[in-house]
Amino acid sequence: MSEHLPVIVVLAPLFGAVIVGFFGSRDRRLCFPIALTALALSFICSIGVVHHVATVGAWDYFVGGWESPHGVGIQLRADGVNSLLLLAIAVVALLALVYSIRQDGEKDAEKSPFFYVLFLLLCVGLFGITITGDAFNVYVLIEITALTSYGLVAMGSSRRSRVAAFQYLVIGTVGASFYLIGVGYLYLAVGSLNMADIRAILAANPEIANSRIVGTALVFILLGVWTKMSLFPLHGWLPNAYSYCPSGSANLMAPLVTKVSVYVMIRILFSVFGLGVITENPGWSELVVLIAVGSIVAGSVMALTQREIKKMLCCLIVAEVGYMVGGTWLGDAGRWGLTGSMYHILADAMMTSCLFLAAGVFAKQFGATRLEHLSGLFRRSPWVAGAFTLGGLAMIGVPPMCGFFSKFYLIRGAIESGHWLYIVALLGSSLVNAILFFRIFEIAYFGEVPESSEPFEPSEGEGATPRRYAVWRTAPLLIAAALTLLLGIFNRPVIDLIRGTVVENTGIVSMEE
Amino acid sequence: MENSIHSYLPLWACLSSLAAVPLILLFRRETFLREAVTILAGIAKLSFVLAMLPIILQGNMIELTLFGDGSDGLVPIVFRVDGLGMVFALVASILWIPTSIYSIGYMRGLKEHSQTRFYVFFAVSLFATLGVAFAGNLLTLYVFYEILSLSTWPLVTHHQDAEARRGGRSYLVHLLGTSIAFVIPAMIYVWVKSGTLDFGGQAILADTDLSYVQGLALLLAFAFGFSKGALMPLHSWLPSAMVAPTPVSALLHAVAVVKVGVFCIIRTVLNIFGMDLLGGLGIDLVLCWIAAITLVTASLIALTQDNLKRMLAFSTIGQLSYIILGIALLTEHAALGSILHIAMHAFGKITLFFCAGAIFVATGKKQISELNGLGRRMPITFAAFAIGAASVTGLPPMGGFLSKLYLVWGAAEAHQIALLCAFLISAVLNGAYFFPVVYRAFFLPEPEMDAIHADGSCCVSGWREAPLLCVLPLAFTAIGSILLFFFPSTFYDLASIVLHGGVANP
Amino acid sequence: MMEWMKTTIVPHFNFWIYVVIMMLGLWAAIGKNNLIKKLIGLSIFQTAILLLYVSMGVKEGASIPIVDETMGEAAVDFMAQGGGGAGATAFPINPDLFANPLPHVLMLTAIVVGVATLGVALALCQVIFRDFGTLEEPEILNQIKTIQDDV
Repeated sequence: MSEHLPVIVVLAPLFGAVIVGFFGSRDRRLCFPIALTALALSFICSIGVVHHVATVGAWDYFVGGWESPHGVGIQLRADGVNSLLLLAIAVVALLALVYSIRQDGEKDAEKSPFFYVLFLLLCVGLFGITITGDAFNVYVLIEITALTSYGLVAMGSSRRSRVAAFQYLVIGTVGASFYLIGVGYLYLAVGSLNMADIRAILAANPEIANSRIVGTALVFILLGVWTKMSLFPLHGWLPNAYSYCPSGSANLMAPLVTKVSVYVMIRILFSVFGLGVITENPGWSELVVLIAVGSIVAGSVMALTQREIKKMLCCLIVAEVGYMVGGTWLGDAGRWGLTGSMYHILADAMMTSCLFLAAGVFAKQFGATRLEHLSGLFRRSPWVAGAFTLGGLAMIGVPPMCGFFSKFYLIRGAIESGHWLYIVALLGSSLVNAILFFRIFEIAYFGEVPESSEPFEPSEGEGATPRRYAVWRTAPLLIAAALTLLLGIFNRPVIDLIRGTVVENTGIVSMEE
Repeated sequence: MENSIHSYLPLWACLSSLAAVPLILLFRRETFLREAVTILAGIAKLSFVLAMLPIILQGNMIELTLFGDGSDGLVPIVFRVDGLGMVFALVASILWIPTSIYSIGYMRGLKEHSQTRFYVFFAVSLFATLGVAFAGNLLTLYVFYEILSLSTWPLVTHHQDAEARRGGRSYLVHLLGTSIAFVIPAMIYVWVKSGTLDFGGQAILADTDLSYVQGLALLLAFAFGFSKGALMPLHSWLPSAMVAPTPVSALLHAVAVVKVGVFCIIRTVLNIFGMDLLGGLGIDLVLCWIAAITLVTASLIALTQDNLKRMLAFSTIGQLSYIILGIALLTEHAALGSILHIAMHAFGKITLFFCAGAIFVATGKKQISELNGLGRRMPITFAAFAIGAASVTGLPPMGGFLSKLYLVWGAAEAHQIALLCAFLISAVLNGAYFFPVVYRAFFLPEPEMDAIHADGSCCVSGWREAPLLCVLPLAFTAIGSILLFFFPSTFYDLASIVLHGGVANP
Repeated sequence: MMEWMKTTIVPHFNFWIYVVIMMLGLWAAIGKNNLIKKLIGLSIFQTAILLLYVSMGVKEGASIPIVDETMGEAAVDFMAQGGGGAGATAFPINPDLFANPLPHVLMLTAIVVGVATLGVALALCQVIFRDFGTLEEPEILNQIKTIQDDV
């Protein structure tokens, strides 16, 4: 059994989805336990995978035993980077699942099974993208992720969610198609879809690697994943999609979907094209880092103008994506930027999860959707406020929260490679985050507890559920906040694992000059 | 000659106050237990620190690696206790106990709200302070520096009114803003440049080929980035943080927070650049002059203040610059004086703050101009105030005299006559802003007693001291200032260890 | 000009056609106001990519990749061994005889994905029409401005 762990991670939610679809529609009460079991199984298996990677090394798994010489088998590959991401996905998904125990059921009896089916399928997509070693598989799984996201966004109670879902669908499909075109060109050039295989061919044949067709493939793939990860200026779909969807699904999508797309970009650069693309083309690197800087600036500025909590958080996602894209493309010899980006994928997944869970609790428990509504929060609910504070501090990048350590490595990479503008943007965005979050903390800390807060007016929409202290909403939030802190304090094992993989795969240049 | 000893003592010393947090929360309804926990944690912390003292005095260092190791050029989280860290840890942990006792008197006396939160964050900030003191590399130092900034924010803004909001905002903008904008890039630049951030061994940048401009930029980034040191023009958070309750001002803004700032700057000079490199590049004088200007200007501003706590705040800004200037002079005696002044000023200034708070608790007065004749009603408080003022000014027989003597000696040694004059002018100014307060209190006639009679709480003559729990600590620290004049050897030995790696021969 | 046509366009006419179709689709998907027209554009866009892949696998004179007796004994034996197990030697059949099946198989998947996307999109259109009473984007956006419910 244990030799099949990598595939069970993906299959557990898939079968879970089928079973929920089959039994859940008969008895709604079955949905949650089934989904929980499936994700818990994934969680346990991903722990196993991480353990194996940490102790033994990278793990190649061939689905159905079709080994690669035939070129038709699907390879799964777990290494120091994606095994941790698998674990992060499992954790975030579990938290989001627990958070959403009853909300959809309470409001609309019919929705429940569908919600769980889509939720689990989304997890399948995310797990799959993360672990697969096949470039075309990534496309299919991206689309699985995307299709389920459209559904989840459209489940939002507001009419706007449907329009947001449609816009998301159009942009998302175009993005995925760009990725598909890129893979097509790559296949034309090298005749293989297995990532390791392509890497070997490109490394052995520099004339292919430097050909125009491979370059075109790279550009299309990048355009595709950038759209998916909402890098500026391709970010337009994200704020609406994530702020109008039900908070149960926002908790899953906002932390993970963009992060997994960033991971795809790193994986493609790392194990398909090779980092030579970055180091040998300083012009490209300059350009992409510039785009990333644009993304950071745009995200921060947009966030400053928002008064809605969820919208503000969505804008911050755009900025955070800029961090990671920029860090990946720094091209410094010590690979610190890459290390920082990979760590930031995990860190950002945890802190975004924490913040979105908090935003969900605000909306459900206090009917608070705008910054002003949080007045007196520290008195009304110190634990929720404290957890939100931890998330906010992580976003600002204050040690010992995880957000600090990713910046630490990202800036080291930027200094080594001389991308000063990126450093300015990174620090500037930290300061903007400080303003954003301390603005909220001030409102929550100094503001009076609103008199009328007790029976708050249920508006059309999510607030319609009765306001009641719900442990299944608060507990995931507290766990997420604690994890944000722990991931920061115990960052070294994570960094060590990531750097082990980076060193193994890219042949780091010695960092002592 | 220096041995490093592996021991968990620094960790326990740090954690003893953090461990108090859950207990304080647990006993939030039982005020007595809650306060007992705070004091017990203080005693535990002090005993751990004292247990390390003989080890350090023998010329050893204590090392403890918490997370990670130095492989692959990565930076671990390390505690390393050396002489400098010990000086600071000793001062902070000794003064926490009287401050805790004082807080009880003060907070009860004024019936403050949210006292549990107050004690919790107080304990957290002491945890961070000792973390800074024991930090074995720049990353560890920075981590605790930021924890300290954030954990003191709820203390500064304790009153939760508009003024506290303004003060808190200024506090954060200065402390968090500068540390993110300046210290992070400077720290990582140092890391890139030298491949390590470790304070052990020789100075980090000693072997690197920094140019003048690079060196200057780094030095300024650290000096202003650690803006807890309140160098002008980044000093204005300190007066606005005086909205905090007085125990907070006393411990944090006369001892822990601001001393963390100067401590970091001393670390920058001694362990990041090293005296040789700074002198070699000739950038030490820039820091000297910034400190000297701050020194004189702050003293002049203090002269004009009427609010007692604001006056003390500006006095603190000036005294911090004594320490910075002392270390930046790069001479042996100036550095010795600078390190001694951390301890001497701490005892003197905390006494002054305690007095200000005691006056407020007893009479509700905050302005210097209202203090006429109060000395006869509160003789202990004002006697302590006089002792503290004398110590901070640098008069014998108070501890402050010793440190200032060394500072002036050091300035003479460096042949910086202008800077020597700055020391002397400022000392005169210190006297000029402190002693009118004492004079008013003891020698000017008391105004008509309407205000006091109005609440009918008091008899016409006789003592009207603040609660005992307020008066005891301030008497204790005042006596401490005097004792430090006669028995400075512990701090003196520690400072010599910092400079020579061993106890100097007397 | 003719020379350029001969060297660049004619040998790769399949790519040019796919590019033109794709751009048409993309333009419609982004530029049109009617949601259904957008979807039509999106479908055209996706189909163009299918064409790219399908044309990749085509070879002149090649047929479908099915091995039967007409290929000779060696080929049949080779397949009988399970597609060349552990003991198999070189592939005994001339690959030029077959179209490359892999892109075609991939496109089966892509077609399914496309159909699924279209299905979801049409369902969304239906809901949008029910909610807003129109499928014209500007009108929908106008109505959205007036919605007060904050999520």
